[in-house]
Amino acid sequence: MAIEISEVAKGDEGGRRYGPDNPAPVIEPPRARTHRTPRTTRTNFELYGWLFMRVSGVLLVVLVITHLVIQLVLDGGVSKVSFAFVAGRWASPFWQVWDLLMLWLAMLHGGNGLRTIINDYAQRDTTRFWLKMLLYVATVFTVLLGTLVIFTFDPNIS
Amino acid sequence: MWSWVAHRVTGVLIFFFLFVHVLDTSLVRVSPEAYDKTIEVYKTPVVAVMEYGLVAAVLFHALNGLRVVAVDFWANGARYQRHMLWTVVGVWVALMAGAAYPVLGHAFRELFGS
Repeated sequence: MAIEISEVAKGDEGGRRYGPDNPAPVIEPPRARTHRTPRTTRTNFELYGWLFMRVSGVLLVVLVITHLVIQLVLDGGVSKVSFAFVAGRWASPFWQVWDLLMLWLAMLHGGNGLRTIINDYAQRDTTRFWLKMLLYVATVFTVLLGTLVIFTFDPNIS
Repeated sequence: MWSWVAHRVTGVLIFFFLFVHVLDTSLVRVSPEAYDKTIEVYKTPVVAVMEYGLVAAVLFHALNGLRVVAVDFWANGARYQRHMLWTVVGVWVALMAGAAYPVLGHAFRELFGS
């Protein structure tokens, strides 16, 4: 091991070994925190986001694939879908809760996924900011609209 | 690396569909006629092919997502990640073959008669 360390720990251009008396130059990491970075962002938000993607993902596998089997495979596939079919399914609180849970988990899972993609590919600060604002507005709008529709559904609307 | 790319692409596609799907379902609050008329679009042959594509995207995203969870939380996950990728591909092909008739059958009958 001692041999490996002496090989790795090369010295400066004058041949002097780096050490406490001759410290190696500091390499600034990209996107390093500076004095302008607000302290309030020091939370575990990204960790919880990472965990949420895995937990919601496993739940969504069950919720969404069952949804696809009911809507697209069983009983004539998509051909039987109509207002009457929706009314029949939402007559049951079980499927109302199922669809509500699916809506919230899928929108938050997809919203967080797109947030990651925007952070990865949008390089200009203003572009990144406005794309994420658009994403957040669309996500909140869709979740609220879907929730309202499930809770206020009226089978005798006409 | 390509499974990572495919995971992103399918994820974005599914998110955009979900946005449209919540909007079309919201028509049940307008009138049964408005909803039924819009859902008729989902029953046309061209959209049936797009639905098959949606099933393809959802199944890949679901199966590969379970693989990602296994790599992250299972002690041997990283060691078997390549085996799990081939399992994902194999299960995906089998499920896509099984989904072909239920999802595309009605379009096939409409185009070529029963």
